[in-house]
This record gives sequence, structure tokens and C-alpha cells, in this order.
Amino acid sequence: MSGYRALISARFRTLLQYRSAAIAGFTTQVFFGLIFVLIFEAFFESSSLPQPMSYPEVVTYIWLGQAFIMMLPWNVDRDLQALIRSGGVSYELLRPMDLYTAWFSRAVALRTAPVALRAFPLLLITALFFDLTAPESPAAAMAFVVTMIGAIILSCAITNFISISMMWTVSGDGIASFAPAIVMMFSGMIVPIPFFPDWIQTIIRILPFSGLVDTPYRLYLGHLPASDLGFLFAHQIIWSFAFILLGRWMLNRGLRRMTVQGG
Amino acid sequence: MNIFNNLYVYFRFLEISVRSQLQYRLSFVMLTAAHFLVTVIEFVTVLVLFDRFGSLKGWDLPEVAFMYGLVNIAFSISDAATRGFDAFGTMVKAGDFDRLLIRPRSTVLQLAGQELTLRRVGRFLQGFAILIWAANAMEIDWTALKVGLVIFAVFGGAALFAGLIVIQATIAFWSTESLEVMNSLTYGGVAVTSYPVTIYRSWFQNFFIYVVPLSTISYFPTLAILGKPDALGTGLAFQYLSPLIGFGFLALTLQTWRFGVKHYRSTGS
Repeated sequence: MSGYRALISARFRTLLQYRSAAIAGFTTQVFFGLIFVLIFEAFFESSSLPQPMSYPEVVTYIWLGQAFIMMLPWNVDRDLQALIRSGGVSYELLRPMDLYTAWFSRAVALRTAPVALRAFPLLLITALFFDLTAPESPAAAMAFVVTMIGAIILSCAITNFISISMMWTVSGDGIASFAPAIVMMFSGMIVPIPFFPDWIQTIIRILPFSGLVDTPYRLYLGHLPASDLGFLFAHQIIWSFAFILLGRWMLNRGLRRMTVQGG
Repeated sequence: MNIFNNLYVYFRFLEISVRSQLQYRLSFVMLTAAHFLVTVIEFVTVLVLFDRFGSLKGWDLPEVAFMYGLVNIAFSISDAATRGFDAFGTMVKAGDFDRLLIRPRSTVLQLAGQELTLRRVGRFLQGFAILIWAANAMEIDWTALKVGLVIFAVFGGAALFAGLIVIQATIAFWSTESLEVMNSLTYGGVAVTSYPVTIYRSWFQNFFIYVVPLSTISYFPTLAILGKPDALGTGLAFQYLSPLIGFGFLALTLQTWRFGVKHYRSTGS
């Protein structure tokens, strides 16, 4: 167990080094958040139709999204991709560790370090200047924290699934190039899920991706009651298990037929 | 060095780039399909919001979709043609720019000719399909002049976006790394100008009219084509000529590029 913990902590500290990227990312995210907020503002001003969420709720949803965007399984682990491409992956096999767990540990660092750098300043600035509101109640805050942990687990399981799929597509494309679009769309990152037509929402709620964004943020807002926590958390965990099992199975198959590139 | 010879060299560069990309045919098809899908998802936002809200400050879905198509076509062209400038930061860092300086052709020509990124066809097709759909839905009565304006706006827009990438590359002369902040102006600019500029708060409007004049290649030409009155009060003549500003913007940024080249100091590696 300690080996994996060391791996997480080493990767975490490596990723913390990218501070200038974090500053650039911060500016980008404030700008993009502002664009979405202004577009929604215009829509809300021009229509009196009843909406599934109020404008202040949408604003908070958007800013939470920008603050935690790096937590989503939207990119691949570049270092791991390079290992697979160069054949360095064979060294990974020599380590006295379970490969799946080792890669999962890398994913944990990849999904938490950039958030650790960015989320706090972004939440602070947006709370001060851009109308980010506090959680609706202490119960909502607690439900938010629990489902954010669920979201990280789910995100790491999906990340690992994408990483393993790269063993089949040497160039590292394939699933990895489709994944961000699907994740962004169905998680609520681009448009909050309640705005989708009702029949699509039914499908989106079954899919795993709403557990990454929509679930925790709406609990935060009190838009979903905190009493639903058990069910929502179970949704996240069941999907995480599904991705972990699928990832493990693929990894075992991949290792059996692996040809190491390079020399 | 006459212009025809430069053009000849440029197209030779492009030919080589295209041929090398087509070596991995399956990979190319996959990447293009992925790019198409990723960009289609941006349009889903527009669809979803219009479905809920009905209209947007006097604009309906096909009208906004038309602008969206226009901006996306323009951006896809610039995105495909300016890869050399986009990756310029890494070039400076590695000291590879020195090699370009000793060749008997301009640096702009060499960087522009570095790659024509074919998979950007994904965004192009997406924008084109949406533009055609929108135009059909509105039953625009096309005249030669209007068709001309669409093409003019597309290339003006491509020039303007290219100008933004050139600025990003120029900054790398001093910062020795590509500033990703510029991505917010290109990708963010596409998102912003997919909607009429008048829907935003006034300081934001002014930014996209006067500072980064992306409205001149989307909002104003669209008004002329749709025959919509302008809330900002501009006339038809201005709306027809406004894409010129895109070309002017590119010319200006190329001047600052030349200034940057003069001040270039190799990293020495």
C-alpha cells in the first residue's frame, strides 16, 4: 500500500511544479466562465419562460465548473502516453506493483494536483467579484463534499480506462480524442444538465458522466435535495466499479498480446 | 524574390505537409471524425439554450446558427494554416528558429508553410453544414453580392484569427514560451462571436468591436446578409466592408512580428 501512496505523492509534487501553467489556466478559466455567464445572462434577460434553474444558480454552477475543471477525465496522462509510445511501458511491468493500481495512483495525482493549485484562488475571486454563492445549507455542503470525493474516484476510473485503451492505439488517439467531447457534454460542463430536453435528461442521468459535475454542483445549490445523497453517491460508485473492472480486464488482455515498441 | 516564386515555394511546402499527413490514413480519418464530433458539441449548447429560452434578444436559432457557421468556417481555415506559428514557442525554446533565419526565404513564409493541418476539415465541415442549414431555414434570397460577402467575411475572419496566433507567436520572442492565454482569445473568441455581439454588456461588446475586432467578421456581415437592422446603428456599406478590418489586423500583427524577429536572441541550445 505504501508504494502506491509514495507514487501518488511523488506524482502530485511533480504536477505541482507547473505553476505558470496554473496561472495561465486561471486567467483562461475566468475568461471562459465569464463568457458562459454573459451568454446565460442575455438568454435570461430575453425570455420570461419558466426555467429549470434560476440565473444565480446557473452562475454558481458555471463557476464551480471552472474551478474544478481539471478534475474531469478530459485529457490523458502525457507521461504515460509517452511511455506506451516509446516502449518504456516494459519497465512498468518490472516494478513490484499491481500495474492497474499503480496507474490508478498516477491518475489520482493527475486529477487532484492541478485542482489543488487552481480551485481555491478561482473560488475566492469568483465569490468576491462574480457572484459565486455559498452552499445552500450545511447539509448541502456536506453532500457536496461527499459527492466530490465520489466524482474524483469516478474520474480516475475513467482516466485509467482511457490510458489503458492507448495500448491498442499506439498513436494515443482513438478513445482519447473522443473522450473530452463526451465528458464535457454529458457531465454538465458545457450546459447545466437541467437545461437539456427532458427526454435526453433521463438518458444523461443514467450515464456515468453526470456524476462528475452535475451531481455535486446541484447538491451544493440545494437544487437536488441532500436527502438524495445515498442514491447519488451509489450511482457514482457503481459506475466507478464498472470502469475499474473493465479497465482491469482490458489491461490483462492488453498485456497478453503486448508488443513492446522500440529497443 | 518575386511573389510568384514565394507562392510556388509555399504551395510546395503545403503539398509535402499534406502528403505526409495522408501516410497514416486511418489515423487521419479518426482524428478528423473526432474533431468533427468535438466541434459539433459546441453547437449543441446553442441548440439546447434556444430550445429552453426560445429567442435571444430579437435573434432566433437559424440567425445565430448562421453566425456560428461563419465564425467556425473562418476559424477552421486559420487553425489549419497557422500551425507553424501556434507551435512557435517550442521552436524558440529548442533554438530551432535559428535554422529558419539562415534560409533565403522570409520567416513568415516558412512558418506558414510548415503544416496545413488537414484534420481541421472536421470543424470546417461542421461549420459549413450548419451555415447551409441556417441559410435554408431562413430562405435567404441570395445575390452574387451576398455570396461574395460570405466568402469575404470567411477569409477576413481567417485573417483575423491568424493575426491572433501571430501575436501569440510574437510574444514568444520575449517569453520563450507560447502563452496559452491567447487561446482564450481564439477559442473564446469563437464562442463569443457565435452570438450577436449586442447581447453582451457594453464593455464586453466594445472589447470585441475595438480591441479584438472579431465582430467585424461575424456580426456586421451577418446583418447585411440577413437584412436585419443594426442595434448599433451602422449602415449597409460599413457592414459590407467590415471584414477588411480582419486583413488590416493581420497586416498589423505581421509588422509586430518583424519587429520581434529583429529582437530575437537565440536560446543558444
